[in-house]
Amino acid sequence: MFETSFSWGDLQYMLQGAWVTILLTVISMIIGTLAGVVCGMARALLPRSTIPLAWVLDVFRSVPLLIQFVLFNALKSIAGLDWSAFTVACIVLGLYVTAYGTEIVRSGVLSVPLNLRRASRSLGLSYWQDLRQIVMPMATRVAFPGWVNLLLSVMKDTALVMWIGIVELLRASQTIVTRIQEPLLVLCIAGLIYYVMSLVIARIGARLETRWQEND
Amino acid sequence: MFDYTFQWRAAFKALPDMLQGAWVTFETAALSMILGVIIALCLVFMRQGKNLILKGFAATWISIARNTPSLFQVYILYFGLGSFGIHINSWVALLAGITINNAGYLAENFRGGLKAVPDTQLRAARSLGMSAPQAYRLIVIPQLLRIVFYPMTNQMVWAVLMTSMGVVVGLNNDLTGVTQNYNVMTFRTFEFFAIAAVLYYLIAKLIVGLARLLSWRLFRY
Repeated sequence: MFETSFSWGDLQYMLQGAWVTILLTVISMIIGTLAGVVCGMARALLPRSTIPLAWVLDVFRSVPLLIQFVLFNALKSIAGLDWSAFTVACIVLGLYVTAYGTEIVRSGVLSVPLNLRRASRSLGLSYWQDLRQIVMPMATRVAFPGWVNLLLSVMKDTALVMWIGIVELLRASQTIVTRIQEPLLVLCIAGLIYYVMSLVIARIGARLETRWQEND
Repeated sequence: MFDYTFQWRAAFKALPDMLQGAWVTFETAALSMILGVIIALCLVFMRQGKNLILKGFAATWISIARNTPSLFQVYILYFGLGSFGIHINSWVALLAGITINNAGYLAENFRGGLKAVPDTQLRAARSLGMSAPQAYRLIVIPQLLRIVFYPMTNQMVWAVLMTSMGVVVGLNNDLTGVTQNYNVMTFRTFEFFAIAAVLYYLIAKLIVGLARLLSWRLFRY
């Protein structure tokens, strides 16, 4: 029972898959965070005129990621663009992160009391100075736990990119399962890798959070 | 650049089948949500209790459910259980996977909500002569549900979105499965999946609306 044909090479293959998972997560988080900050600030500061933006982003949150991947992949072929599946995955995940990130940033910005901003304005700061030096630092602290949660959930959602043919951690483990026919062992290893990655991110996030609060 | 002719008519012919698939999706999501809430409540009370085994069990469940992808959970139920000679069909695997995931996330929400219900409420209920189960059922849980209602509607939408993963383990009668069947037959990927996306959007909105309707009992005071 304890004999296994799981080899060192298989583990390396899975770790390569894990690297693709990390890469996808990081790239989509960068795209999504940048766009999310812009959209979130716009949503918080100009709530009326950006309502259509909220509707559009709501669509990305209400349609399964799997469908979004397939749809975007098809659209890419229709438009005749020669992009790799990896690019498509990054863009779709980036949009997905943007949709959630916007809400996180918005709630962060709205949590800064208006009186504080009035005070900074009356001390002679300009509108942009107030945004950059007063609102942003305070909003970051409020938004940070939500951002870490988003990071964790995106890392787990990257598992879905296997559907458009990218070999990431779960797909790699499935390939190995197909070959050596020991699903439980291989899947447990894959699960362990995911578990460790999430745990590391969660720990770092929690530590940063407490460190920032020490300065209050 | 755009030399592609959209064939919406063929796609709309498939609409009745897709609506049937949408109903399966809706059912699966609703079932997993109901089971998830019940299990999550059990997990929360297990975690609060004194029994170390139950405590450990609940903590393990929650951390595994929250730290691994939901697709992985469905996978291990579908392929992994086969090693023990247990073969379940893909719908059961999907339902069980989503339920495990929902229960883990909801348990965390409920734990936060339970902290927000004052201790004195429970003690007052007990001193009015209610038994412990009565006090929990009539006093604590209604207040708890009220606090966690909005996170719960989020989880409901997630449950709907997660049902789309059934297709990866070979489910073919839910919305994504039906769509994929038509896609394989006709290769009109964009049209079919666009309709599926619209249907998913509608289901998600419908579920949130239904939850709001049902919640009038919670928010009547």
